[in-house]
Amino acid sequence: MHGYALVQHIKRTSQDLLQIEEGSLYPALQRLLKEEFVKAEWGVSSTNRRVRVYKLTAAGAKHLEREVSSFERMLEGITRVLAPGES
Amino acid sequence: MNWLRQLFSRRRLYRELAEEIQAHLDEKVEELVREGMSREEAMQSARRGFGNLGLIEENSREVWRWPPVEDFFLDMRHGLRALRHNPVFTTVALLTIAIGIAANSAVFTVVNSVLLRPLNYPKADELLALHQIAPGAEGLTDFENGLLLSPSMYFTYAEHNRTFQSLGVWIAGTANVTGLAEPEQVRTVAVSDGVLQALSVSPAVGRWLLQTDQVPRGPERVMLSYGYWQRRFGESPAVVGRNIMIDSRPREIVGVMRKGFQFADADFDVIVPLAFDRANVILAGFGYHGIARLKPGATIAQANADLTRMLPIWMDSWSNGPGTNPHIYETWRITPMIRPLKQEVIGNVGELLWVVMGTIGVVMLIACANVTNLLLVRVEARQQELAVRTALGAGWTRIVRGLLVESVMLGLMGGVAGVGLAYAGVRLLKAVGPSNLPRLSEIAIDPRTLGFTFALSVLSGLLFGLIPALKYARPRAGSALQSLGRTISVSRERHRTRNLLVVGQVAMALVLLMSAGLMIRTFAALRKVDPGFADPQHLQAMRISIPDSLIPEPERVTRIQNAVLDKLAAIRGVKSAGFVSEMPMEGFDSNWDEIFAEDKVYADNVIAPLRLYKYISPGFLETAGTKLVAGREMTWSEVYGLRPVVMVSEDLARELWGTPSAAIGKHLREFTKEPWHEVVGVIQDVSENGVEEKAPEIVYWAPLKENLYGPGPAQAVRTVTFVIRSERVGTESFLNEVREAVWSVNSNLPLASVRTMQEVYDQSLARTSFTLVMLGIAGAMALALGIIGVYGVMSYTVSQRQREIGIRLALGAQGRDMLQMVLGQGTKLVLVGVGIGIGSAYGLTRLMRNLLFGVTAHDPLTFAAVSALLILVALLACYIPARRAILVDPVVTLRYE
Repeated sequence: MHGYALVQHIKRTSQDLLQIEEGSLYPALQRLLKEEFVKAEWGVSSTNRRVRVYKLTAAGAKHLEREVSSFERMLEGITRVLAPGES
Repeated sequence: MNWLRQLFSRRRLYRELAEEIQAHLDEKVEELVREGMSREEAMQSARRGFGNLGLIEENSREVWRWPPVEDFFLDMRHGLRALRHNPVFTTVALLTIAIGIAANSAVFTVVNSVLLRPLNYPKADELLALHQIAPGAEGLTDFENGLLLSPSMYFTYAEHNRTFQSLGVWIAGTANVTGLAEPEQVRTVAVSDGVLQALSVSPAVGRWLLQTDQVPRGPERVMLSYGYWQRRFGESPAVVGRNIMIDSRPREIVGVMRKGFQFADADFDVIVPLAFDRANVILAGFGYHGIARLKPGATIAQANADLTRMLPIWMDSWSNGPGTNPHIYETWRITPMIRPLKQEVIGNVGELLWVVMGTIGVVMLIACANVTNLLLVRVEARQQELAVRTALGAGWTRIVRGLLVESVMLGLMGGVAGVGLAYAGVRLLKAVGPSNLPRLSEIAIDPRTLGFTFALSVLSGLLFGLIPALKYARPRAGSALQSLGRTISVSRERHRTRNLLVVGQVAMALVLLMSAGLMIRTFAALRKVDPGFADPQHLQAMRISIPDSLIPEPERVTRIQNAVLDKLAAIRGVKSAGFVSEMPMEGFDSNWDEIFAEDKVYADNVIAPLRLYKYISPGFLETAGTKLVAGREMTWSEVYGLRPVVMVSEDLARELWGTPSAAIGKHLREFTKEPWHEVVGVIQDVSENGVEEKAPEIVYWAPLKENLYGPGPAQAVRTVTFVIRSERVGTESFLNEVREAVWSVNSNLPLASVRTMQEVYDQSLARTSFTLVMLGIAGAMALALGIIGVYGVMSYTVSQRQREIGIRLALGAQGRDMLQMVLGQGTKLVLVGVGIGIGSAYGLTRLMRNLLFGVTAHDPLTFAAVSALLILVALLACYIPARRAILVDPVVTLRYE
């Protein structure tokens, strides 16, 4: 997926709940590239433009898994704290 | 190697990034257009949504970098570009910095080589000069050298000490070498055992003089200096074992010292053993420099205590002959004051060098103030550039860093140019520096000097960069962009910095000019002192020594000297000739002894006051131009008849008998066995140790005296300075005729220290004239830089206020009013600067009071004259821009705006 599509994708799937600041997208992508969590290749977009397409690498997938699980644990914690009737 | 690949592929990465972001924007624009926006609107909206494009790209790129270092290089590139774009500014700034740094590096090179670097011996910090004083010895005015060691002291100290590894005494002198080429007078150092061991510099060839060479009347040996070996023996190692004729006696060469080796600060050609004869050594004979190497861990205080402990042993072990009281020296209160050898070598030059270093440092400060001013103007002109950069997302720390990198680069470039200039400066310093400056030959640029220059460059770069950077890099992008430089008048705050700089410059320049002024007054005062000889330009001096081994009979020595005088007087154009044991200011070791006056009472167990004594020939006074105050000169018939006659200096006559004329007919003597000598003449006081020193009391003996102790009826002075008065002094043909005249009497007599008395006189003023030249240069630089500073600020102010002045003129103000306004502003700054300068000078010139003569550190005349000069020149610097202000045509100015 290329950069703009990524923005659109996140916006769509979250039903406008999440909006990425476009300005912070590219520095973030560069960091991922540098850590080799994603790799980039030039491809052609749906609008026929030359764009760079990012793909998750194996290392990236593993890192994502870890991040997701840690995020879930945090979310669980938050949910528990916020859950009513336990005080 | 990943990072390496990154480094090389980075350019591609950046290009791809830019392309990607552009694609992103295009895509978004297209979508917005599809949603019904006009293309233009869509583009604006997409940009807005995306944020600061440059900053984002920058941040994305930064992921791949090591930002601090790379930013630094970027700043450097940027700085270089900025400097290149403004060649006039860069040239002026660089020149100012380069000259400032060059002057500082050159002077620091001297300070470092002379004062800071250890002496050129192994473990030089263990080396000591055995200095001692004798405050109870009346008349011993030669306190600068203190009380030197006698041979018996050497024996006692060497044998009974507990704090030294080795200890010895030495004395510098001259000797005649014959049989090599023309007869030549060479510089000798005579050493006792222990001196070479203390210095512990191994010989280049052969061996040291050892204890076995110190046997009186034993085999005579000698060591050569590297320079003499080079000059006379072509560095041949086969020289060891050969004989050389020194003072007409053969001596076997045993070794050659290493290149650059010196005795403390004495340069020499040959080293001979002192070979004291223990059987004949007495308590007195205080003529030798003591040198010692401290045991590791021992302190100077312990060494002093050690000497103090040994003094009674010395008095118990030796005597001055039967019937004398050895403990008579207790009244002298001999006190050891051991000093590091380095301090002895440096002497009193340290203070002078630090004063020069300080003044040159102040010149650097003034130069920095000038560059700061330039930078302020430049940064102001670059306000917009900086504002744009701020708008593009540069933080103010980043901008400050950029500006500082730029100014430090300026400093470093100045430093590089400065080092080149400093090499020339050091050579100049060595040329104008007093030739009696200690360690002159060691002066060289070394790593420490280069480090100093580097540090100075960076520091000055930071110094003159910091003020503009901090003042203008603060975030205020909006205001600068808005105003676009069309302010009517510059804000008061901006003026304040610049005004402060000018005030500081004027104040510092005043202090430097003040010190230069005081030196001029000192120099003038010294020139006014009558040195005791007249018209030194036409007075030729030379030393001739007639050794024992060449002419044993004393009377023949005097006859030869007399014959030489007659030959010299017969040379065409010679008015008269004479000789004396040493001319004033020649700097040869002086002779002192007790002198008793017939009509004075001397206590039994006290040593009579010590007086300097000299020997003079008849006719000397007329030749040298030394005035006879009362009485008459001795005659040759009195000399050969060994008549007991003597002459004294005016101050001695006054001290003993009240007036010069009262001294005539009075009697004095040196030894109790001696007949009383009648005072026949009184001679004016002479500046024996330079015009800045008090004239000592002197007794003048005849060159031939009755011999009381040794064999034979008389003793003669064998080494004397001949003086010749002639209009032809200084020409080569004259010198040739002089040489021929001397050699026609005896061809084995070398001429040494051939020079005019003018040279001797200049040499003795060298310290003062060197200080004068250095402070003069510093003062002139300070004045020039300070005036440029005042001029620059006033012109800038006028150009900034052109519009205001135009309006004022248009509204009916008179040109004179404008002139007054601008001049008034300048005058205020200069006067404040002068006020502060006078205050600081009052405190600071005291630091140089030891360099002054005949003028106080707060000389009102100098203070007034220098202040007036500075105010006058500064006002002129204000007047030129002010003139421009009133020539402003209001119509032109206003239309131009």
